[in-house]
Amino acid sequence: MSEGNPASAALARTPLYDRHRAAGAKLVAFAGWDMPVSYRGILEEHRTVRSAAGLFDVSHMGEIEILGPQAAAACQRLTTNDVRLLADGHVQYTILCGVDGGVVDDVTLYRIDDQRYLFCVNAGNVAKDLAWIQEHAGATTVVDRSASTALIALQGPASAGILGDLTPLDLGRIRSFRFARGEAAGLPVLVSRTGYTGEDGFEIFVDATRAGALWDALMTAGAPAGLEPVGLGARDTLRLEAGLPLYGHELDDRTSPLAAGLQRWVRLDGEDFVGRGALLHEREQGAPRRLVGLALRGPGIARQGYPVTFEGASVGIVTSGTLSPTLDRAVALAYVSAALAAPGTMLAVDVRGRPVPAEVVPTPFYRRPRPVPSGSAETASDGGAGADDAADEAAAADPAGGEAHSEGAGARDADEPTVAAPAPAGDVAGAREGES
Amino acid sequence: MQIPETLRYSEEHEWVLVEDGVATIGITDHAQEELGDIVFVELPAIGAEIAKSATLGVVESVKAVSDVYAPVSGTVTTINEALATKPETMNEDPYGAGWMVKVALADPGDVGALMTAQQYRDFLAREQA
Repeated sequence: MSEGNPASAALARTPLYDRHRAAGAKLVAFAGWDMPVSYRGILEEHRTVRSAAGLFDVSHMGEIEILGPQAAAACQRLTTNDVRLLADGHVQYTILCGVDGGVVDDVTLYRIDDQRYLFCVNAGNVAKDLAWIQEHAGATTVVDRSASTALIALQGPASAGILGDLTPLDLGRIRSFRFARGEAAGLPVLVSRTGYTGEDGFEIFVDATRAGALWDALMTAGAPAGLEPVGLGARDTLRLEAGLPLYGHELDDRTSPLAAGLQRWVRLDGEDFVGRGALLHEREQGAPRRLVGLALRGPGIARQGYPVTFEGASVGIVTSGTLSPTLDRAVALAYVSAALAAPGTMLAVDVRGRPVPAEVVPTPFYRRPRPVPSGSAETASDGGAGADDAADEAAAADPAGGEAHSEGAGARDADEPTVAAPAPAGDVAGAREGES
Repeated sequence: MQIPETLRYSEEHEWVLVEDGVATIGITDHAQEELGDIVFVELPAIGAEIAKSATLGVVESVKAVSDVYAPVSGTVTTINEALATKPETMNEDPYGAGWMVKVALADPGDVGALMTAQQYRDFLAREQA
């Protein structure tokens, strides 16, 4: 029953590897990298991010630049979201689709200026994405910056306070899904108000040779606020609670963004892009399966690969599952037959031969508390709330996300890929069109 | 890392304490540390016949599912019901309150085949080398 695997010489190391070792991190192989999975325990790290702030080394992720007068046109052809919605300093969630409509990768796309865009891509897909982008990039220059770029994510409610102490950048002006270049701790950085945890926070791109200095400065500045390093284990539980898809689980080359519930980020009726024909066809036919959120209603934890059943017959498969540390109950994402995808549908997950009742619920499972302008009380679930409460509050918070139509934190909803169950009517989808 | 001298150990990182022909079984300090936060435990039914090396139960951490293998053969006489609501006890007190099951030994000779504390210490050192 041993799970930890010793570091292998064949694995790549980020510039922060020695710091992880020194901090006593448990290291595991992930996408060819020797990465910290946890430092003090996944549950504790998870709670630290929800209540204070956590620092993540995500330098394994890839950075690919696309340059030249044709860069915008190439990005428009390569991605499903609308690149024209991006102004300088804007970032959007988007998808690289294959000709058959499968997801090559899900990425964030940064517009540095009209002739310079930056893709931030999944670690396991860097080589594939690079080849794919080059193939469709036309008369542009494509540069893989992955090796020379480190990425540090600072996530949690205390993030802005911590980073604010280290940078002259006005963080109040870097709203959700915006970025700026400047200095932090005296080092040149690109600061992006994005993340993968469901909390406010930043992703900070820095030259690999300066990553250690930035990490140390952030750890020192954040100590009084409770900042702790957080590994990939909690990164996974945090993103799952936030209903965010993970490539290799919810997404892959054989899965369409429509089945994954990502249609908000697919401009099916706009300019052409690679894979659009296949996706139009799929929209006409109706996707046979849909990604949904499941809340388990009996003892057990659903895991990737477990069958989902309805009246004893297999109707789907779990793509991610865990015990939600915030809700203290088992939650999962799963592909199920489209006819059984409505919230409230009672299915079952086959947990090692034992059917455990599982209800289709809206995602995200967790939505962070948002400051309300009136100052009155709209606080979302805290650690003690049950999944039911949280689901209700999430549902309530969404239309109430008139927030999203104004500005500030709510705008995040429009950019962040919350997957699964159909969005409630009056949702922020409309806001996206005007947003990015 | 604790490895009490009074217990015997399996290569799958379970410990066994034998009293009056009944073996109390749990997972070692090393095992709980490797697993991380334990959030769910599945135990056999009382009265179940357990064969050595067969699956005795399942322990789930936040991240992973791990089988626990029976280090001895016998009949389950008692299970640690408290783990249903407090699985983290296996992290906090793996050799005490975090025990999993008690088994009436079918063959007391099974115990002699298990490692002593010193042998387990050496085994861990080899495994980590």
